[in-house]
Amino acid sequence: MVSDLINANPTVYEKRDRRTRTAPNDVDEYAAEPIDQLEIFDHLRDIKDPEHPYSLEELKVITEDAIEVDDKRSYVRVTFTPTVEHCSLAAAIGLCLRVKLMRCLPSRYKVDIRVAPGSHATEASVNKQLNDKERVAAALESPNLLNLVEECLAPSFA
Amino acid sequence: MADSSQYVKHIEVYVNSTSSTEQSASVQAIATLLKNDLLTLEALVREMDLYLTTTDSIIRARGILLLGELLVQLTMKPLSRAAISSLIGFFTERLADWKALHGALIGCLALMRRKSSVGVITEDEAKAVAQCYMMNLQVQSLGQHDRKLCFELLECLMDQYPFAAQALGGELLYMICEAIDGEKDPQCLMHAFHIIEVAAQLFPDPAGPFANYAADLFDVLGSYFPIYFTHPTGEDVIVSRDELSRALMLAFASSPLFEPFAIPLLLDKLSSSLPSAKVESLKYLSYCTLKYGSDRMSRHAEVLWFTLKDILYTSPQSALSLESESAGVLGLKGTDIMDEAVLLLQELTRQNGGSLLNFILSDEEINTFINSFTQHKDVNDIPLQRKQRLHAIGLLLSVSAKSSASFCNRVFEKFFPHLMETLGLLIGNPSENDYHVEDNLRPARLNFEALYLCVELLDASRYLVVGMKEPSSVLDFGRQTCCSLLHGFSRSLTRAFLASIETVDVESNSYVYLTVRGLQILATFPRNFPAVSAYLCEEILFKLVSVLTSDFHKKLLWGLVLRSLVEIGSFNDKHPNSEQAASFEHIVVEKILSLVSFDNSTMPLALKLQAVLDIGMIGRSNMLRVVQGLNESISSTFSQAYVYGNLESITLMIKLLESYSNKVLPWFETNGGSEDVPLKFAVTMLEKIEDSASSGHMVQNNDLHTATVTAIKNAVACCSEGGQKTILHKAFRVLSSSTLELKDSMSVFRWEGSNYVDSLHRVSYRDEWIISLFASVVIALHPQTHIPDIKMLLHLFAMDLLRGHIPSAQALGSLVNKLPSRNSSLGSSHECCLEEAIDMIFSSNLWSLFKLNNVKENPVLGVDGKMDYSNLTVSDMNHVSARTCCAILGLAWIGKGLVMRGHERVKDITMTFLSILLQNGSTGGLLQFHNLMEGFTEQEVLSLMRSAADAFHILMSDSEACLNRKYHAAIRPLYKQRFYNTLMPIFASSITKSNSSIVRCMLARSFAHVVSETPLPAILNDAKMVIPLLLDCLSTLQEDVLNKDVIYNVILVISGILIEEKAQEAVLENAHTIVDRLIMLISYPHMMVLRETAIQCLVAMSQLPHARIYPLRTQVLRAILKALDDPKRAVREEAIRCRQAWASIASRSLHF
Repeated sequence: MVSDLINANPTVYEKRDRRTRTAPNDVDEYAAEPIDQLEIFDHLRDIKDPEHPYSLEELKVITEDAIEVDDKRSYVRVTFTPTVEHCSLAAAIGLCLRVKLMRCLPSRYKVDIRVAPGSHATEASVNKQLNDKERVAAALESPNLLNLVEECLAPSFA
Repeated sequence: MADSSQYVKHIEVYVNSTSSTEQSASVQAIATLLKNDLLTLEALVREMDLYLTTTDSIIRARGILLLGELLVQLTMKPLSRAAISSLIGFFTERLADWKALHGALIGCLALMRRKSSVGVITEDEAKAVAQCYMMNLQVQSLGQHDRKLCFELLECLMDQYPFAAQALGGELLYMICEAIDGEKDPQCLMHAFHIIEVAAQLFPDPAGPFANYAADLFDVLGSYFPIYFTHPTGEDVIVSRDELSRALMLAFASSPLFEPFAIPLLLDKLSSSLPSAKVESLKYLSYCTLKYGSDRMSRHAEVLWFTLKDILYTSPQSALSLESESAGVLGLKGTDIMDEAVLLLQELTRQNGGSLLNFILSDEEINTFINSFTQHKDVNDIPLQRKQRLHAIGLLLSVSAKSSASFCNRVFEKFFPHLMETLGLLIGNPSENDYHVEDNLRPARLNFEALYLCVELLDASRYLVVGMKEPSSVLDFGRQTCCSLLHGFSRSLTRAFLASIETVDVESNSYVYLTVRGLQILATFPRNFPAVSAYLCEEILFKLVSVLTSDFHKKLLWGLVLRSLVEIGSFNDKHPNSEQAASFEHIVVEKILSLVSFDNSTMPLALKLQAVLDIGMIGRSNMLRVVQGLNESISSTFSQAYVYGNLESITLMIKLLESYSNKVLPWFETNGGSEDVPLKFAVTMLEKIEDSASSGHMVQNNDLHTATVTAIKNAVACCSEGGQKTILHKAFRVLSSSTLELKDSMSVFRWEGSNYVDSLHRVSYRDEWIISLFASVVIALHPQTHIPDIKMLLHLFAMDLLRGHIPSAQALGSLVNKLPSRNSSLGSSHECCLEEAIDMIFSSNLWSLFKLNNVKENPVLGVDGKMDYSNLTVSDMNHVSARTCCAILGLAWIGKGLVMRGHERVKDITMTFLSILLQNGSTGGLLQFHNLMEGFTEQEVLSLMRSAADAFHILMSDSEACLNRKYHAAIRPLYKQRFYNTLMPIFASSITKSNSSIVRCMLARSFAHVVSETPLPAILNDAKMVIPLLLDCLSTLQEDVLNKDVIYNVILVISGILIEEKAQEAVLENAHTIVDRLIMLISYPHMMVLRETAIQCLVAMSQLPHARIYPLRTQVLRAILKALDDPKRAVREEAIRCRQAWASIASRSLHF
């Protein structure tokens, strides 16, 4: 059973503290708070790894620095690092990230998901797969894959 | 005698039915027959014969169960000896019938549990039951319910038939072992643990059967330790982990015979890495130590000592900063393990101290540690491991020294001299008065580690002395080495501490903390214990006081010193006549009280007041002196502040008044002081104000003004009726010193033409001041206090109210709230009762503003007001509209007074408001002003209507300033609910009827005010009617930005309704409209929390039954999509949650 796992013994890192909401009373009612790096990270950090009961943050699959966001140009790019090079679940992780962002971000955003350069054996094909609208839609048509995604996303909606 | 067919029918129903309700109904029916002697047990058994003996095991089981259940019902009914004996015989025999076992167990249990007054089974019969039990029952092979019954049977046997149980001896114990072994159900385990506990008490003989089975029993029992409990922590859990753990602990400690097995097991588990297991083991060890006795425990003393030492050395893991109070001086945070370990240590020293103390005193590590103190600059430089060591040793020494005088002695003998040596202190003669001899020998800085241990030891010895009840034992203790050591070093120690306070830098918190604590301990040794001389005590006090008065820039030190002084003071306060109390009084209290005079020191005012008040709070006598001091400084600064307006004096005065309001008066209230203090304060203040008012000077300063009014209001509230009467008398004199023409109260109200409008303006700041002062006195009066000249007051306040002066309105409200009504007995003492007052207010021509055209008709005053509407100029009209707003405000406060006491005349006032809102005079009320409105501009009409709408807010909301419990208001229970119930139908009909958008909007605003202040349960009662109205309000109010707070209150009410199950039906009915309105609010631009709450409401909506809300799904999802791009982060977060909640209703989560 254990041998079925792709990375049987991943390194688990500590979670970082969350942004505490400061609530000063003299807040400007009309001032805009643009979507920033940390906000995106807050959306993604609690997504569960497909094969371990740890969050992507704990496995350092994603970090705050790996997120690039431009609110004005409605653009976000997430670079994630699979725990092992030949990880066949990289596409699944990428799919989770994409679905999560689709659900959390306003529709004006363009989302770009990438595997960190050099961190995966079939980097190019995974990138292509993740950013192909048709293939993503097709993947979500498959009940098995959708269930996997839902399961991974569940803790991040708590 | 009952007809046999009747009960036979019930029996048949029971045996044939499968429905449990029918079965229990027939059991009840037959039991009633039996209880009322309509049916005898014999007849019943004879009738049931076939059911009890048939070979069909299902029928038989039910028959036996019926008989058993009937016996449970009959526990209070006397039965004959023969009946009982034959029944128990039958059930005992049936125990062998495993197919019908359940009924047999219930029957046996019911018979065995009977009280002796109604007939019980004999010991022999009990024994027979037990033997049959042993022969036939394999407890662990039964189901959970039957196991539980088996355990209950055993429990009952041992509790109620101890002789039968004892007679069985080893057999019984064997049976217990067999029954319990492998049990896993928590409820059964509770019984099992109790069975072992009782069994241990049944066989106390150390050579008896229990001794033979102790190993086996413990073998079974020990496997449960530590209790590991994976049940969900829901409400339906009947047995909690703590209960189980406690039951097991009692079982462990039930017999000393378990000791050879239990202690090794516990020690073994103590080395577990699981913190909860450690805590449990320590807890069990403490309890077992207590129960097993010192003889048995002494064998384990050494092992226990080493284990404990290990735990204490490593236990406080986390090193925190000194910020938190609990972290203590070393910055170590205590843990559960630590606390339990200390408890065990205390138990061990209490029981078996000698050997443990030997271990401690001869422990090599401790001795090495103490002999090799290292010098550190600050406590933060000490490595964590060494800190833990220090902490542990401090604990060990302190716990053992605290346990008894002789131990304390030994600890002191062994360690104290060395500690003193490390600190560089010598034995001196404390009575000598030379300061210099060894001062130079002291190192620049005291060794922290030694200092820490030294303070711990001092604390332990003081704890011991204070705890001694007999003076003789104190004296006895005083003669021992420990005392003479203390005595010898006390002087140099004190000096060292004192010097250390002076030299220590502000940053090294731990040093400051330790030295101040050391000084505090030294100063609070009881006087009959001769360790520290009175002279030294005084020296300490002098020093602390001087720190307090001069070192106020060292914040931490100052705070600690003040706290220590308060501690010392409260210690002395318990022995009021002692020499120590006298010197404390002399040195500390007087000196600090002299601070109140404030002139000659640079100390900040806030600190001075804090010091003075804290010292005052030690005890009554001190507080009285503080009050005296405060009063003196109030009188000395008064004229500077109030007459000449010296800014510095004003600040001082405000501070003084605030400390009166916030500290002094509440202290006297909670500590049961007499009314002298507030009374005197109020009277003096009023006298002084009178003086300065009559001289004509009065400074204009609103802060000072507010502070004075609040302080006087609070003082008046603290007084009794008598005191209030005196104050009122004074207040009248102040009032008469104003320039208002009060003597002829009627003349004030006699105006001619437009002069009336001018007369409203002719009030100086000083007079306004005086009126609000007077109003504050009136607001705080008891309902019983007699108020003279009340008619004049009513006129005065009513007049002033039209100037827009709110305190007057509040005073009027309070008067109306508290005046006795006509038929009450109290009425006689007043010259005016409530009804009269209301009539007077309502009919006075104050409101003639609103009935300009019919002033002449006013019958009460018969005023010759010829004011003609057509004569008024435009500016006059402006005045009139402004005054009208003020009048509405005033009416609202009066109405509030009436609503709170539940008086019906409030109806007139609400009708008035409504008639303004509806812009018609038809509804009646006081102010028939629809003619007048024609003269107003649209803007003025609008503001008028707005005031009327907001008046409902005043009516319903709670106020801090008046009309509350503190100011003795008459509050009828549930008055808000009542008021709401009367208003609700009116609003419901008028909102639906109104056509004009302005009227609708204003009505919605008023309704929103009322609803948001009403308790939710009242609203839920007619949720069906309220919800559509609230939704209507939302859409109407949304048009105006100024309404945003009102909308927010409404949406809070809606969110409250949404989460109540009671209102779900009404919510479902309106689901579509609710969702529509909420979606509208999602994009409300003016308030973030409003959007957030609206989205939260939508999330709550998603929990409703799917069939109803599914059609709304797409609509919500589309709206939420916009909220994902909200400018505020919090709203976006809620939106994501909401989107997920609504999307997951359907199988396809989201359409992409």
